[in-house]
Amino acid sequence: MESVLAVREASVGYGGSPVVKGVDFCIPSGQISVLIGANACGKSTLLKAMARLLKPTSGEITLNGTRIDKISTKALARQLGLLPQTPIAPEGITVSELVGRGRFPHRSFLRGFTKEDYTAVAESMDSMKVSDLADRSVDELSGGQRQRVWIAMALAQRTDILLLDEPTTYLDVAHQIEILDMLTQLNRSRGTTIVMVLHEVNLAARYADHLFAMRDGKLAASGSPEKIFTESLVKDVFSLESVVSPDPVSGMPMMFPRGRYHSESILRKNI
Amino acid sequence: MNAVENTVVNTAVNTVDAIKSVYKKSRARANTAIGALAVISLILAVLSIMLGKTIYPLDQILRAIGGEEIKGVTFAVMTLRLPRMLTGLLAGAALGVAGASFQSMLRNSLASPDVIGVSSGSTAAAVFCLLALRWSGPAVSFTAIIVGLIVAALIFLLSGGGSFGGGKLILIGVGMGAKLNAFISFLLLKASEYDVPAAMRWMSGSLNGSKMSNVLPLAIAVAILCPASALLAGRLKILELGDEAAIALGVEAKLTRLILTLSAVGLVAFATSTTGPIAFVSFLSGPIAARLTGGGRAGTLPASLTGIVLVLGSDLIGQFAFDTRFPVGVITGILGAPYLIYLLIRSNQKGGSL
Repeated sequence: MESVLAVREASVGYGGSPVVKGVDFCIPSGQISVLIGANACGKSTLLKAMARLLKPTSGEITLNGTRIDKISTKALARQLGLLPQTPIAPEGITVSELVGRGRFPHRSFLRGFTKEDYTAVAESMDSMKVSDLADRSVDELSGGQRQRVWIAMALAQRTDILLLDEPTTYLDVAHQIEILDMLTQLNRSRGTTIVMVLHEVNLAARYADHLFAMRDGKLAASGSPEKIFTESLVKDVFSLESVVSPDPVSGMPMMFPRGRYHSESILRKNI
Repeated sequence: MNAVENTVVNTAVNTVDAIKSVYKKSRARANTAIGALAVISLILAVLSIMLGKTIYPLDQILRAIGGEEIKGVTFAVMTLRLPRMLTGLLAGAALGVAGASFQSMLRNSLASPDVIGVSSGSTAAAVFCLLALRWSGPAVSFTAIIVGLIVAALIFLLSGGGSFGGGKLILIGVGMGAKLNAFISFLLLKASEYDVPAAMRWMSGSLNGSKMSNVLPLAIAVAILCPASALLAGRLKILELGDEAAIALGVEAKLTRLILTLSAVGLVAFATSTTGPIAFVSFLSGPIAARLTGGGRAGTLPASLTGIVLVLGSDLIGQFAFDTRFPVGVITGILGAPYLIYLLIRSNQKGGSL
């Protein structure tokens, strides 16, 4: 069954004037969607609203046609997962136990861990390559390992849709690629719909099937990176002069900022 | 292709085994700790009834509890020692559970009700009733419970109405506690010296003068509120991952926290209204229980058992270890103060987040 997450004319804020202003779109099922935009453009706020952490002040967010705030939070947690930007690992918790907590929405009162629970936890740990860390304490892990453990926890939830709020922040470039490759693998093998906020636009253009570019709380453009990721979009969304050209590895569009001091040399080379 | 699939399946099976062994190990350790705590609680409870001016053998005690009139024994056991032991047991369990709930909810060991001023509210109310209004008996306890709840509500409102920004709530609670303690000192200075001893009982928690009639309300509170906290323990574990992760995993974060807070504050208020503030029991129980059971924060059962061990053990020490008899609160205070200082030093080293 395909789950469809839709944002209908939604405005979202934290009291006061809204941060997201009347946004309307549908998340394409079974694809990787990435939200990009400048700081404070509302992309994280929008992601939080899609995960029902914030309630739209107007408009609505629906899953398969039902407003998400009308679905019981536990039932919704079986269909829609979220990895927050800064989840908190309790002191001294082991990797197995943390990933096991992802099974909460599937468990019922006073029933122990079922075979299905164990399988889900094990498969999630295998796919994020953290099985070797099963008995380690989360406190002792490196940043990259810890992020893989958290994603494994969200995977153990076994949802059709997974939202991630800046999953690669604080990681070095090799670990950023590692995480994004693993998420791509997850999308290709299980068909999980992935929606994430990314700061690094070139990685967004490389990994997204579908880009949502936001500016001032509104949707500036959306579509496949090849179609929409252009110099004029970068100018529009980030107020940045740049050159966009296909990246030599994947052929996806890649952005080179001009900046104030280096634009001359680019022009000279081009001539 | 088949070979590849087989390895994948095998890895999953191996991982399941690895996970099972981690869970088994942590469960085994927790169960051992809970068993040990239960045995120690039982031994301390029995000692509390046996020991005193005269040491009575167990069979006489059991017969006295069974309803038989035995000269000397019946009075000592039924009127003095049994109510004392039961009060200590119930107060210990209540304080242990309440402290552990607060500490897990706020993800901070400093956030126990006695450190953040909830118990000070009850104490101040009781001292005011005794000294200024010259009340006595159940009215004092009742007022202590109500004011304890009001002070807790005030602390939550001032710290941003349930947004639970950890450090802020703790600082406001500590400030509130200081204000209430100043008020208590003021009352004591103004009071006639004949009234002060009755008030002192309220200021350092004591099991002296425990009566069967006071045991019942506390027992009812513990019988309702401890299981309520235990039922929400699974959700509390998820809440520890942060509000956003908890909601994403299907926990009604606000509702869960509201119920847990109400039951913890209720437990503290009832215990304090019966025994006075037994210092640091709610503060110490959670961390000690967590250290014994291993892995993160303490569960409801180990925290309650640790509370019982602390109160009954400290009461026995206070009664028999020295030439003078000390109330239980003095002993737990001596135990708790160094740990509080240790935590403050450590939180400063970690970068100043309270």
